[in-house]
Amino acid sequence: MPEMTFASAAPDEIPISLTINGQLHRLDVTPWTSLLDLLRETLHLTGTKKGCDHGQCGACTVLVDGTRINSCLALAVMKDGAEITTIEGLGTPDNLHPLQAAFVEHDAFQCGYCTPGQICSAVGMMSEGHASTRAEIRELMSGNLCRCGAYTNIVDAIEDVMQDGRPAVREAAE
Amino acid sequence: MTPFAYVRPTSVAEAVAAVGSSGTARFIAGGTNLVDLMRYDVETPQTLVDITRLPLKTIEDAENGGVVIGALVSNADLAYDERIQRDYPLLSSAILAGASGQLRNAASTGGNLLQRTRCYYFYDVATPCNKREPGSGCPAIGGVNRIHAILGASEHCIATHPSDMCVALAALEAVVHVTGPEGERRIPFAEFHRLPGDRPQDDNTLKHGEMVTAVALPAPRFGAHHTYLKLRDRLSYAFALVSVAAGLDMADGRITDARIALGGVAHKPWRDEAAEALLKGQAPSPAIFAAAADHILRDAKGQGDNNFKIDLARRAIQRALEQAAAGTPQVQAEKRVN
Ligand SMILES: Cc1cc2nc3c(=O)[nH]c(=O)nc-3n(C[C@H](O)[C@H](O)[C@H](O)COP(=O)(O)OP(=O)(O)OC[C@H]3O[C@@H](n4cnc5c(N)ncnc54)[C@H](O)[C@@H]3O)c2cc1C
Ligand code: SF4
Ligand code: FES
Ligand code: FES
Repeated sequence: MPEMTFASAAPDEIPISLTINGQLHRLDVTPWTSLLDLLRETLHLTGTKKGCDHGQCGACTVLVDGTRINSCLALAVMKDGAEITTIEGLGTPDNLHPLQAAFVEHDAFQCGYCTPGQICSAVGMMSEGHASTRAEIRELMSGNLCRCGAYTNIVDAIEDVMQDGRPAVREAAE
Repeated sequence: MTPFAYVRPTSVAEAVAAVGSSGTARFIAGGTNLVDLMRYDVETPQTLVDITRLPLKTIEDAENGGVVIGALVSNADLAYDERIQRDYPLLSSAILAGASGQLRNAASTGGNLLQRTRCYYFYDVATPCNKREPGSGCPAIGGVNRIHAILGASEHCIATHPSDMCVALAALEAVVHVTGPEGERRIPFAEFHRLPGDRPQDDNTLKHGEMVTAVALPAPRFGAHHTYLKLRDRLSYAFALVSVAAGLDMADGRITDARIALGGVAHKPWRDEAAEALLKGQAPSPAIFAAAADHILRDAKGQGDNNFKIDLARRAIQRALEQAAAGTPQVQAEKRVN
């Protein structure tokens, strides 16, 4: 099979298709556009945050074909054909995802900047299925920094959903 | 980021030809190191050759009782693979000690081998750096060098190789399978990465256009007598200041053979066969472990900020050997060192 070459209207741009939160998008992107910038700047899905742009904070975490990755270090063009889920695709204000509800219930944030990344990361971590203890949750969530230091409540929220699939009301935890 | 062209080859041969035919073309796999370096203009390729759709994502049994790991197997898939966890737990453990869940999902086996140093000056294009710009100088010598090498450094470069996975691969004596413009070759792990000498721009012995297609492991050994002990500034999601991969073959309470590799201390995963030989035939004891550590570190040299690493490495080696001998490997989610 010959190498794939690309033709498009604008020079430098490459046509790709992405299914984002269930909706198919046909887009022309420059190869140097990160998935994060595409989501935020082109598609105005600003729930996904840019904390560092260098893979060091996890604020940009999204699910690509169900797997959590840092969207700041992913080139959009390389994800051609993928299914992307962002925080906007997980729940709605009227119908929160169990993790969103648990984060509210457990006060698992202060400024909220890291929260979309924390929640997408937790969704990914739970489907990976390698965390069962609190220590394992902490270790496998270490790619998400929280400058407000809400870690204890973040782990509470995740543990809660892992235990019974929905958040429980809890007295002051720790 | 400096603009570049993008191609997506459909075979290894095409990928090798695409990179080999242009000095400014580069392979890209997970992108977790290359995109980062491009964002700092440390790397400015004119063409990126996307190899992520090539069929190099399997872990296969080899005739020698070992396994052949495709270059595009993600770090996460490798670490959690059932056979790797059972037969090569040292490798699983080292991978899980590195980076984060998200990064391990994206990062590839080949890319991990070829990740570049985290030296601050290498990352800062406003400063000289012999690795980035040969002949410009090494400001880390006499500068800020807390994370730098204590073994095998040169007057031209004191950088370290940052990988955890590679430290385990060194102890396991992996073999790197490579395809290049001139055909295929196999590189023993100890000869894959190199010391800086007077060519710090070369991290390894690959030639331009050569692609890592697989990493092969020999038949499993060490049983429960292994550990990966990583010491760093915070408990997770940080590079090693010092790490030790240790594996011991044991029989009747004695060590019949040993492999010890160190991370965070040199331009490559550091092995010392003479120190390993010291342990042969010995019963495990603090004295013999101390002797091995002293031997490994006999030529260690601090650069100022990193002087602490010499003592840290000595104690880390001893502790790792104790863990391995006892068959109680470090658990990566457990932050206490047992
Ligand atoms: C914040 C952060 C923290 C990290 N912490 C750790 C840590 O604690 N421990 C650790 O070990 N690592 C750590 N890493 C590094 C991470 O492991 C590497 O970035 C990753 O393994 C690189 O793999 P990749 O597939 O993404 O490589 P890429 O970024 O795609 O490529 C890296 C290099 O390899 C070349 N390349 C890729 N594949 C091939 C191939 N098959 N053949 C030839 N050349 C190839 C590319 O041209 C490029 O030069 C961290 C990274 C970040 C961003
Ligand atoms: S230690 Fe090596 S990588 Fe760092 S500044 Fe010196 S030459 Fe560059
Ligand atoms: S913005 Fe991607 S990790 Fe910080
Ligand atoms: S809630 Fe503010 S950074 Fe986490």
